Amino acid sequence: MNADIASNALLERRLALHPQVALRPEPFGALAYHYGNRKLIFLKHPDVVRVVQALAEHDTLAATLRACDIDPARWPSFERALTALTESEMLHERHQDPSG
Amino acid sequence: MSATKTHLVEQLKGGLDAPICLTWELTYACNLECVHCLSSSGRRDPRELTTDEAKAVLDELHDLQVFYINIGGGEPTIRRDFFEILEYSIGRGIGVKFSTNGAFIDADKARRLAAMEYLDIQISLDGTDAVTNDAVRGEGSYDMAIRAMNHLRDAGFGEFKISVVVTRHNVDQLDEFKALADSFGAQLRITRLRPSGRGADSWHDLHPTQAQQRQIYDWLVANGDKVLTGDSFFHLNALGEEPLPGLNMCGAGRVVCLIDPIGDVYACPFVIHDEFKAGSVRDEGGFAQVWKHSDLFTELREPQSAGACSSCGSYDACQGGCMAAKFFVGIPLDGPDPECVYGHGEAAMLAASAGDRPRPMMDHSKPVKVATPERVSVTIGRR
Repeated sequence: MNADIASNALLERRLALHPQVALRPEPFGALAYHYGNRKLIFLKHPDVVRVVQALAEHDTLAATLRACDIDPARWPSFERALTALTESEMLHERHQDPSG
Repeated sequence: MSATKTHLVEQLKGGLDAPICLTWELTYACNLECVHCLSSSGRRDPRELTTDEAKAVLDELHDLQVFYINIGGGEPTIRRDFFEILEYSIGRGIGVKFSTNGAFIDADKARRLAAMEYLDIQISLDGTDAVTNDAVRGEGSYDMAIRAMNHLRDAGFGEFKISVVVTRHNVDQLDEFKALADSFGAQLRITRLRPSGRGADSWHDLHPTQAQQRQIYDWLVANGDKVLTGDSFFHLNALGEEPLPGLNMCGAGRVVCLIDPIGDVYACPFVIHDEFKAGSVRDEGGFAQVWKHSDLFTELREPQSAGACSSCGSYDACQGGCMAAKFFVGIPLDGPDPECVYGHGEAAMLAASAGDRPRPMMDHSKPVKVATPERVSVTIGRR
């Protein structure tokens, strides 16, 4: 798959933290643990944690990044981080409307 | 290693507010007496934490947001309140992974376990045949483990784990272990043999040879993403360009620790010795106080010296290896790992006289039965 297409698609996706995932705040960011697949992931920057927590309140990842005031120059690194989080199922697709 | 990962590792070395991974040996009682047992288990310690004390510890771990605990022993399922503790933990949102030799997992218990959420089971097995396994874990222990695995599979437990301590005698069976795990729909976990507990005596005969270290490294490079290792082989990282999966650091007192059956807290499961005892969950302030403020853990979170390894170009790769492995073979903590891939450990062990080797502090081994006991009169007292 073309990487650009994949990442652009990610920006438009409606993502949310999986209900079986718990976040524990840490000085470097947070630890995320998935009680379902038992994966433990390090969120290595406080801004990533902020974005992940805000996902459910916005329509798309792009909207979340804008709302969180993330400099567009840093978006690619957020896309990489969030791609990894979707692959480990820490994030999943949200189908309902944002609850607000 | 990427810059972010290096940065993360540096932060982890400074310690976290709560452990990522906590091992809790529930009892020193065991039906087996494996020659490499880290906790020299056999007999129950009468000071064992009560059910209520265990639950109070779980309440604390819940407050600290510990995601899961590794329960071991001894044989944890021997405790009469084993299921009660298990259910309480899971009810508090703390997942459980427990290690067992399988002796007490019958069809009924397997069904009960299969019905529980957030539970992982590790069946210990140190050979893919009874001869290899039983030489280390005792007669009948191979059949015991296989029986438990059959029960778990029949009960539909799902993906349990087969946990192997790699020794000189089973290192050639890694592929067979993998095949065995696959045949049960299980996941393979392999860990490093430590000279701790009864392992202090058996390690010299059991630990993999220098050539076998390379064999383990190569096998992990080829298969590492499909097996669990508890990050225990990071001392092998100097063997190649490609670091093994994992954090590549000693987590003792920084991101991991051990609670023993009587509530004493140690830096890791491999150092049950006074020098690495940080406190007790029975002390004022409980576990959190020990984790956050004990002198020992504070010291372990300070930058460590590379010591004798500071002139070696591979220190960044292997981090000087395992603290516990050094300690119990008499090598200074800033010396090389006894299984240093360049062989520096051999020389360091020779330099340390046998008298320097610390003995494990506690021995819960069952008394040796002598066929014809001979009474010797002794006078006990001070001279």
